Amino acid sequence: MGYHWNWKILFAPEPGGTGTFLHYLVVGLGWSLATALSAWLIALVIGSIVGTLRTTPNPWVVRLGNAYVEIFRNIPLLVQMFLWFFVMPELVPTRLGDAIKQMPPPWGAFVPAVLCLGIFTSVRVAEQVRAGINSLPRGQRMAGTAMGLTQMQTYRHVILPQAFRIIMPPLTSEFMNIIKNSSVALTIGLMELTARARAMQEFSFQVFEAFAAATVLYLVTCLLVVWFMRWLEARVRVPGLIAIGAGGGH
Amino acid sequence: MGFDWGEITSNLPYLFKVGMVFTLTLTGLAMAGGIVFGTILAMMRLSSFRVFQVIAGGYVNLMRSIPLVLVIFWFFFLVPYIGGWVLREDHPIQVGAFYSAVITFTMFEAAYYCEIMRAGIQSIPRGQVWSAYALGLTYWQSMGHIVLPQAFRNMLPVLLTQTIILFQDTSLVYVISATDFLGAASKIANRDYRLIEMYSFAAVVYFVISFSLSLLVKRLQARIAVIR
Repeated sequence: MGYHWNWKILFAPEPGGTGTFLHYLVVGLGWSLATALSAWLIALVIGSIVGTLRTTPNPWVVRLGNAYVEIFRNIPLLVQMFLWFFVMPELVPTRLGDAIKQMPPPWGAFVPAVLCLGIFTSVRVAEQVRAGINSLPRGQRMAGTAMGLTQMQTYRHVILPQAFRIIMPPLTSEFMNIIKNSSVALTIGLMELTARARAMQEFSFQVFEAFAAATVLYLVTCLLVVWFMRWLEARVRVPGLIAIGAGGGH
Repeated sequence: MGFDWGEITSNLPYLFKVGMVFTLTLTGLAMAGGIVFGTILAMMRLSSFRVFQVIAGGYVNLMRSIPLVLVIFWFFFLVPYIGGWVLREDHPIQVGAFYSAVITFTMFEAAYYCEIMRAGIQSIPRGQVWSAYALGLTYWQSMGHIVLPQAFRNMLPVLLTQTIILFQDTSLVYVISATDFLGAASKIANRDYRLIEMYSFAAVVYFVISFSLSLLVKRLQARIAVIR
């Protein structure tokens, strides 16, 4: 076939003058990770609150939590991205909207992308938190009440510390998802890794080298995250409960 | 600038007859292809033949480690070359966004359907397979008549949930400028500068479809749970 391979292109300077193409891509990975980590903070905070609220005895709070989850789970991420980027600035008060629209690049794309990914992922975190709490034996909650703890205290000292340690593995895969999903932000102009691979293809016409390099960078990131989370899971797992990947016993 | 309902109603035929038809056709084809290919991958992962395990496992892990957007770009540029190689042409062939998208989503979703089918196959008690072999059935007969029908039925709700995700993910063909539902909405939005109307409407339509489907899956799940 007529494809001309040229791996040396990775070490050729990119037209923007910031360094080699490889450097250009690695900076892109940095933006992917910065977006993912900032969004992950939002997702963890909101997801934990919403997930916990959905396990409380108050039916209206539960319904409100369910509505939040259903709304953000049933709209595609890309559509949500457009809503945050194009629609949100028009709906807020004019001065705030103008301020948002006038944010210099890359912040004009970064901030909506972080908000969008954060809220989108918070729904998935909320589902995991709720599942984790519901997986605990009922006796835990009852014992808390019997000890004279208030509902808040029971959650704070008995339920949540166990639930979070149980849901570490599914949270790991959500964290992987948020890194991968950050690539959707290229549609609103954020120059993260996939966007830079695409740009490199347009500058250099070496399409497969660009995508292969990006793929390798994603794979390495994925491996590092998995290793780190395995280490963390082993450290925080609840003694006595079955943990994946932890052989034997005590 | 008020909310212009007329902008939506006057463009309904284009949005649905062109856009939604593209989205649903793509979802349907990718689901069918993805489940077939995914089941084959699952059988490979569970086979006792080590080479199959490694190939299928590597493929699934690779697909699950990189973003869908990047996969869409990969296939958009790769498929013309593969097509040219298969057809023994000198140049990459013209494929077009639709077929490129069908191939991409089939290959990508197969990795996810594979993991579902693998769990489904593993949920069948070993005794079922042993009895099949004891009755003299071959591997393919026991898979086709005993294991896969049960695995498929047990996993039907999960397969359908994955299909709802696939339905939402098809909106990403936007990055190769295909005219799916969101692509159609986006083209009108930019032509008439009516971004608020078009994107809000697209969000509502996606929500209604996904939410109704997820309710159906929930009911189906309850029914299957009763039968078992």
